[in-house]
Amino acid sequence: MMWHHRLSRWDVKSAPYLYIAPFFILFALVGLFPLLYTGWVALNKWSLITGNQGFIGFGNFSYVLDQPRFWDAVVNTFSIFLLSSVPQMIIAIAIASVLDANLRAKTFWRMGVLVPFVVAPVAVSLVFGQLFADQSGVINAILTNIGLDPIGWHSERFWSHIAIASMVNFRWTGYNTLIFLAAMQAIPRDVIEAAVVDGASRWRTFFHVTVPLLRPTIIFVVITSTIGGLQIFDEPRMYDNFGLGGPDREWMTVTMYLYELGWGSQRNLGRSAAAAWLLFLIIVLFAVVNYAITQRISTTEGRPAKTRKVVAR
Amino acid sequence: MSSVATTRQLAGKGAARAAARKRSRMEGGVRSPGWGTYTLLTLVVVASAVPLYYAFLLSTSTAGEIARNPIPSLIPQGHFFENVTRVLTAGIGFWQALLNSIIVSLATAASVVLFSTLAGYSFAKLRFRGRNWMLAFVIGTMAVPTQLGVIPLFIVMSRLGWTGKLIAVIVPAMVTAFGVFWMTQYLSEALPYELIEAARVDGCSMIRTFWHVALPAARPAAAMLALFTFVGSWTNFFWPFIVLGSSNPTLPVALQLLQASYFKDLALIMAGVVLATLPLLVLFAVAGRHLVSGIMAGAVKG
Repeated sequence: MMWHHRLSRWDVKSAPYLYIAPFFILFALVGLFPLLYTGWVALNKWSLITGNQGFIGFGNFSYVLDQPRFWDAVVNTFSIFLLSSVPQMIIAIAIASVLDANLRAKTFWRMGVLVPFVVAPVAVSLVFGQLFADQSGVINAILTNIGLDPIGWHSERFWSHIAIASMVNFRWTGYNTLIFLAAMQAIPRDVIEAAVVDGASRWRTFFHVTVPLLRPTIIFVVITSTIGGLQIFDEPRMYDNFGLGGPDREWMTVTMYLYELGWGSQRNLGRSAAAAWLLFLIIVLFAVVNYAITQRISTTEGRPAKTRKVVAR
Repeated sequence: MSSVATTRQLAGKGAARAAARKRSRMEGGVRSPGWGTYTLLTLVVVASAVPLYYAFLLSTSTAGEIARNPIPSLIPQGHFFENVTRVLTAGIGFWQALLNSIIVSLATAASVVLFSTLAGYSFAKLRFRGRNWMLAFVIGTMAVPTQLGVIPLFIVMSRLGWTGKLIAVIVPAMVTAFGVFWMTQYLSEALPYELIEAARVDGCSMIRTFWHVALPAARPAAAMLALFTFVGSWTNFFWPFIVLGSSNPTLPVALQLLQASYFKDLALIMAGVVLATLPLLVLFAVAGRHLVSGIMAGAVKG
């Protein structure tokens, strides 16, 4: 009896820790450790084939930072990120506000916008790669038919970024729409009704009541899409059949560059790790900056006092 | 055991009904939509379907025809099954890739659900020292770009001899911070303390209590998490591409192989795209509602 009692007390004490242990162990092994160890690999001459060949300090970092291709990749990554995330947020909020109504067949419309989410980025890229093909693509064919010049989707840097950004937007706009829709529906109806009763137009209500109240959601979406978007690989990798990011690396992103360093012709994991760490720093920095900006924008757009005035008048 | 039946009622259906009541109070905008709204929404849905239909149209055509007429006729041509057969015999190991994708997606979904529910139950319902900051830590890890740890992860996998094996894709994905957070949120609302105490008084050990009380109560959220994880695994490319390579691919890796070896044969590639996407579209048609409500529920709480 005593023994049984003691066993049961031990059970009560240890169970909570046992149940959360798998997450912490796995995160330590496949999340934290690799990230830190990347820093160590980056300080060594480390080949994919022969392994570690000795400590070389910051040699890999200075190599990567000296490569114009690395900086091209940084610019490409940011360009694609901005071209996808900014329109995506605006369109997602717009569609969400249309969905936020007493619709018939609500579930149908919501599922309709989410369909692209279940299509693998690789598949999306293959389809869009053809839509935007220079020679036999639909979009250039349409442009020619209406008397415009075809666009070099695979030869001009900016246009290749537009094409890749449109893949990201295709897959993620619906997803973010649902997040914004949920946030809109969590806004108490009387707040909006009060604004309407007080004579605020629908637009005014939307921009001065709804959008400011979406602020936490906007911040959440911005931060998560920053972390994901700056690591973009699948879509640009599959945009042509060579997978190097274009003849002159027009759409090579940082993650593609780190793949090329590590598993491409150089097979240099040390340099690849240096690129990974640099991207890590860039992401952290940019996430902080983004956080500051979103806070700023949302506070100036909907200063609490202003909102109150609209509601109270 | 009588308490099992009570659990299902109180925590399962009862909770679901309460949640539905709460939702119906919240839903429904202040305005009733007119035809303009429906036209707009139709356009949005059409826009999300057009690229998929385009892929299907090309997969029913031939490479020569696509080169001649960049704008395909809106009616499918008759070469679909021929193209599908060519994908299956293209030497990219399509059946193997399909099987691999199914195994990886099912294994990660099952494992994420089990471990996340365990951890979520612990965070939501059990008292222990350090609970709050540990939960904060879990949430914080969601912001860590773990994809950047691929290099050491790859080194470890090759030391273990796991490169080219599915286990190298499954193990790193066995539990996620998102899953833990999600189950914590759900269980803290949907599972009353009384039920846990009743089971404990009846003499259930901690793990039996989890199994017979928490797991049944978690079922709706677990289904959504499983679906979410399944979709994520099925569409995942970067890590499988690195660690599996072409010898033992998942479907996205097989698509990459198809593109690399047959890039001039668009009808073939698009048939591959259709084949790789179809299973998830079917799953979405059956269970997409849950994905929708899952994303929306996660958004409000997150």
